[in-house]
Amino acid sequence: MGTRTIIPFGPQHPVLPEPIHLDLVLEDEKVVEALPSVGFVHRGLERLAEVKDFHELVYVAERICGICSFIHSQGYCQGVETLLNVEVPPRAKYLRTIWAELSRIHSHLLWLGLFADAFGFESLFMHCWRVREKIVDIIEATAGGRVIFGSCKVGGVRRDIPNVTLRETKTELALIEAQYNELKQTFLHDNSVKRRTVGVGTLSKEQAYALGAVGPTLRGSGVVSDMRMLGYAAYKDLNWEPVVERGGDCYARTIVRIREVNMSFDIIRQAIDKIPEGPVDVKVTGNPAGEFFSRLEQPRGEVIYYVKGNNTRFLERFRIRTPTFANIAPMVVMLKGCELPDVPVIVLTIDPCISCTER
Amino acid sequence: MSMIETQPITVIDRSELPIKAKELSGEGYRLVQICATTGDETLEVTYSFDREYSLTNLRTILQKSDPVIPSITGSYLAAFTYENELQDLFGIRVTDLAINYNGNFYLTAIKTPFLQKKSSGAA
Repeated sequence: MGTRTIIPFGPQHPVLPEPIHLDLVLEDEKVVEALPSVGFVHRGLERLAEVKDFHELVYVAERICGICSFIHSQGYCQGVETLLNVEVPPRAKYLRTIWAELSRIHSHLLWLGLFADAFGFESLFMHCWRVREKIVDIIEATAGGRVIFGSCKVGGVRRDIPNVTLRETKTELALIEAQYNELKQTFLHDNSVKRRTVGVGTLSKEQAYALGAVGPTLRGSGVVSDMRMLGYAAYKDLNWEPVVERGGDCYARTIVRIREVNMSFDIIRQAIDKIPEGPVDVKVTGNPAGEFFSRLEQPRGEVIYYVKGNNTRFLERFRIRTPTFANIAPMVVMLKGCELPDVPVIVLTIDPCISCTER
Repeated sequence: MSMIETQPITVIDRSELPIKAKELSGEGYRLVQICATTGDETLEVTYSFDREYSLTNLRTILQKSDPVIPSITGSYLAAFTYENELQDLFGIRVTDLAINYNGNFYLTAIKTPFLQKKSSGAA
């Protein structure tokens, strides 16, 4: 056994926009153990359910995170709608699906850029974010906000997207996807990308499942699991299937996200083609009673909103289990045995969102 | 309906937790989450497991005067994050925890914030 050294990684680190800390136990340059710490900026948003009316809490839910903001509000609303026995109009379900998939595309493009930056490919980072910017423009044109959509509410959505705008969006998405397809070739085939990702941070199928991994971290290890298969919003009406890769390494997790971007483009196209006419919300009466675990697929994986109502305006309990929280244990296992320079790359492949985790 | 998923909840005694978790692990369930809810005199801890998009839950009720539960990290190592959360936010002591941060997983401004008195509810 070589000399053991403990190196602190984070909470401030060039690849980490948000604070997470790892104590890395090294033997020479090899990581033999990694101990994570979170909780540097824990906000306690869950307790706001005690003082915010369940309608107002949608605004809090959306602000849990600035990347998957819409899906946070969607998950919360779906949970409360179940407690209230509210059926959301079909057009609202399709609009939710379109906005959720736009969120997924911009989130994955953001991550691809950050990932490229982490292994020193700065021009690739800039190209990813250039394409992402066009998606954010579409979000602004359809929802009014670039980060916070403000579009989801209990009982449906706050605003419709006119059909003419949907058609224009479809045309614009075709142009963006063509640029994206050009860009993704670098991730798929460039030697410098492969040298930093293939065979690095490998997690077997059995490990990923047993450790409770979610999202691209789980599917990159060959496990078919995607909460959209539950059929919420309009997913049950659309033709799609979970993206799965079998390598289990950083490269496989990257490829899952790359393929998921194309699938999201396709889901949006289908949703625009099939969206029914009709109202986008229903009147909501009464107060939530009972309990429900609302499960959705965020860009980072399965997210859970536990809502428990007591027939008052205020929820008794509002709890969010974020995908990053579920992926901490798998990340610890991935890091064991890796070389020190690979640590930032491996950490980034779970796409850590500490803003979500420190809800 | 907007959601049709059935989510059974089985209430068990805390002493049964490790054996029940082992059974579920053996049946191929993955751990999805652990969640605590604060009552007036009790703490309700719910464990959720999934297999092929089917959610099942175990629940145990603790008295606030005796907030101790056994760890399930023997069957689900990933439970260590959730169980440290129970310790830090709810003051629940988890015995036989595989990776124990001893109250230092979350660096909160006040200790066990979810044990603090609930707000009045006036928005």
